[in-house]
Amino acid sequence: MIHAFSGNAAVAYAMKQINPDVVAVYPITPQTVAMERFADFVADGDVDTELIMADSEHSAMSCCIGASLAGGRVMTSTASAGLALMWEVLFVAASNRCPIIMNVMNRALSAPINIHCDHSDAMGARDSSWIQIHAENVQEAYDNIIQAVRIAEHENVRLPVMTNMDGFTLSHATERMETLEDQQVQKFISEFKAIYPLLDVDNPVTYGPLDLYDYYFEHKRQQVEAMELAYDVIKKVGQEYGKMTGRSFDMLHPFEMEDAEVAVVVLGSTSGTARVAVRAMRQKGIKVGLVKLRVFRPFPKDELREMLKGMKAVAVMDRSDSFGAFGGPVFSEVRSALLGEDVEVVNYIYGLGGRDIRQDQIEQVITDMSTVAKTGKVKSFVTYLGVR
Amino acid sequence: MSEKKKMRATIPEEEYMFPGTVDCQGCGAAYAMRLALKALGPKTMVVIPACCWSIIAGPFPTSALKMPIYHTAFETAAAVASGVKAGLSIREKEATVLAWAGDGGTFDIGVQSLSAAAERNEDFIYVCYDNEAYMNTGIQRSSATPWGAWTTTTPRKHPKDRPKKNMMEIMAAHRIPYAASATVGHPEDFVRKLKKAREIRGTRFFHVLATCPTGWRSPPELMLEVPRLAVETCVFPLYEIDNGVYSISKKPKEKLPVTEYLKVQGRFRHLTDQQIQYIQEHVDETWELLLKKEKLGRLF
Repeated sequence: MIHAFSGNAAVAYAMKQINPDVVAVYPITPQTVAMERFADFVADGDVDTELIMADSEHSAMSCCIGASLAGGRVMTSTASAGLALMWEVLFVAASNRCPIIMNVMNRALSAPINIHCDHSDAMGARDSSWIQIHAENVQEAYDNIIQAVRIAEHENVRLPVMTNMDGFTLSHATERMETLEDQQVQKFISEFKAIYPLLDVDNPVTYGPLDLYDYYFEHKRQQVEAMELAYDVIKKVGQEYGKMTGRSFDMLHPFEMEDAEVAVVVLGSTSGTARVAVRAMRQKGIKVGLVKLRVFRPFPKDELREMLKGMKAVAVMDRSDSFGAFGGPVFSEVRSALLGEDVEVVNYIYGLGGRDIRQDQIEQVITDMSTVAKTGKVKSFVTYLGVR
Repeated sequence: MSEKKKMRATIPEEEYMFPGTVDCQGCGAAYAMRLALKALGPKTMVVIPACCWSIIAGPFPTSALKMPIYHTAFETAAAVASGVKAGLSIREKEATVLAWAGDGGTFDIGVQSLSAAAERNEDFIYVCYDNEAYMNTGIQRSSATPWGAWTTTTPRKHPKDRPKKNMMEIMAAHRIPYAASATVGHPEDFVRKLKKAREIRGTRFFHVLATCPTGWRSPPELMLEVPRLAVETCVFPLYEIDNGVYSISKKPKEKLPVTEYLKVQGRFRHLTDQQIQYIQEHVDETWELLLKKEKLGRLF
C-alpha cells in the first residue's frame, strides 16, 4: 500500500504490523508521536500488545528486558537523553542476548537543551553491543524495522537492534512510502521463538548472575562472535526483503562509486543531500562517489576497505563529535579500516543540534577532496562544517 | 486406641533453596528467601537487583535456587518484574513473579521504578529484605538506616541523624491492595502473609526486617532473637495494610524498652542515655499512631 507517512507514523505502523508481545515506552521528543499512535492501536484492539507506560527510559528498557527474558517479542522507542539514560541497561539487554527492537529518533544531547537531530545519542551507545542501522528516509526507516526483527531474533545473532532515523528531519517529515500487507510482514518475521525463557518454571534458568574473572571474558567473547555472525544475517535478510519488495538492503549503499576517484562517506538522512551534491559535481567533471553507511554496528570494515581503497581522498561526515578525540566516531573507524591503504581520509563534523546541512556545503567538501586528490596535501584533517 | 493427632506444620517442608550458600553466618536475608519460596511454591520466578542476594544466589554457573532467576540492575527490580509479568500474561502463563530487593534497592535507588510499578498496580510480589544499610558494599548508610545507627559512612562521631524512611506508608500511599511488614524472627507470620498475598492480584509489598550480624555488629546466633526484640520493643511493628485496612499482627503483651533491642547490637553501642531516650520517644509516637490507624477501619 502507498501512504503519506511521517517517520513517527511509519514506526507506529511497522510496530502495528509486527504486533509485538510487549512494548514499554516513555515519552521523549521527537518519538512521542509514534508512541501516541501505537497506544491508539493498542486501545483499538488492532494489536495484542501489552503496553507498559514506564516511569523513565531506564525503566522502559528494564521492562523490555524482563519481558524479553520471560519469552516475548519486545519493542520500544526513544531518543537523545532517553537513550543516554538507558545506557546502563543497554549493555544488560545485549549481554543477556535479548532480541529487543528499539527505534531511535536521533536527537542531540543536553546541555544546552536541543531537540533537533544529531547522532550523539546513537554514537554514545556504539559500544553497547547493539546492532545499529541508520535510515536515509521514512521508507527505509519502515523497512529497517521489519528487517530488524529477523536480524535480532536470528539464532546466530540474538542481539538487540537499534533502528535509527534522524529526529525531525525524518520523524516529522511526511513522505510517500510503501508498506507491506500485514500478512506479508507476519510471514517475513515468522513466529517468535523464545530460547530458554524464564517462564519455563519447570526448567529453571538463571540470567545475569555474578560472573567473575573465570567466565565473564568468555561471555563477552561470545557477544563479539554474535556481532561477527550478524554481518551475514543482515545481508541475507536485506536480500530476502529485496525479493519481496524490490528494495534490497546491504551494509553499505554505494552511489557512483564505479569510476570514482574521491568519495564521501555519510550516514542517515544527509545521504540524500549528498547524492544530489555528487550528481551536481559529476556534471562539473569531478569523479566523485558516495558511500552510505547503513549499518554502523557491526561496522562493515572489510567491505568499506574494498570500496574505498584506490580512492585519492575520502571525506567522512560525522553528525556528532567525540570531544578530545581525533575526529568524530565514524571518521575514526573509517580511517582505521583503511589503515595501510594509500588514501587520505579527512573528517567533516556537521549538523550538530539540527543545524541544516546544505547541498552547496557538501559540494564544497567534494571540491576540497578534489584538491587533496590533485595536490596530495591535506590542510586540515578535521573540519567543522557550517559553524560560525 | 485413639487416633494419633498429627502435628500440622505451618511452614511447608519443601525446600527450594540449596544448602551451602555463601552468605555470612546468621544472615537474615538468606533465611528470608528460604521461607518466602516455601510459602510461594515452585511456580515462582525471582527477580533480584544488585544486593546481598546477588552474591548469595551463587556465581555463574551455580544457583542457590530451584527457581528461574533474573539478576538485574540495581534500580530496576520493579520495572523488570513488570516486564516479566507482561511477558507471562501475553503467553498466558501463570506464575508468581517475586521481586526480591534489599533496602538500598528499594528505599533509595529503586524507589522510582517501584513507585511507578505500584501506581500501575503491576501484578507481582515485591519483597524488600531490609538490613538497614548497604551491607553488600560494606555497611554504608541507606535511607532505611535508623536514627543513631553507626555505619561506615555514618561513623560513631557522627551517627545517622535522620529517621528511617517509612516505606510501608509510602507504598500504602499508592493504594496498592496489600502491604505487610514481617521479620525473619517470625517465620509463621511471614509465611502466612506470603500465602495470603499469593492469592491477591496487583502489587503486593513486603517490608521484611532481616538481621545482618555483620553490619549490625550482633552475634550471629541471635539472628532470630534480634528482630523479635525489634517487634517486642515496637521498633519494628508487625502489621498488614489489606485493601486500606490496617491490622497489627502482633501486639506485645508488655512493650519492652528500646534498650533491649539496641543493646544487643554494636551499631548502637555509642548511644548516650539521652539519645536512647530520643529513640524511645520516636518509637512510642510511631506505635501510638499505628494503633490509631488500626482503629480507624478502612483508610482507602
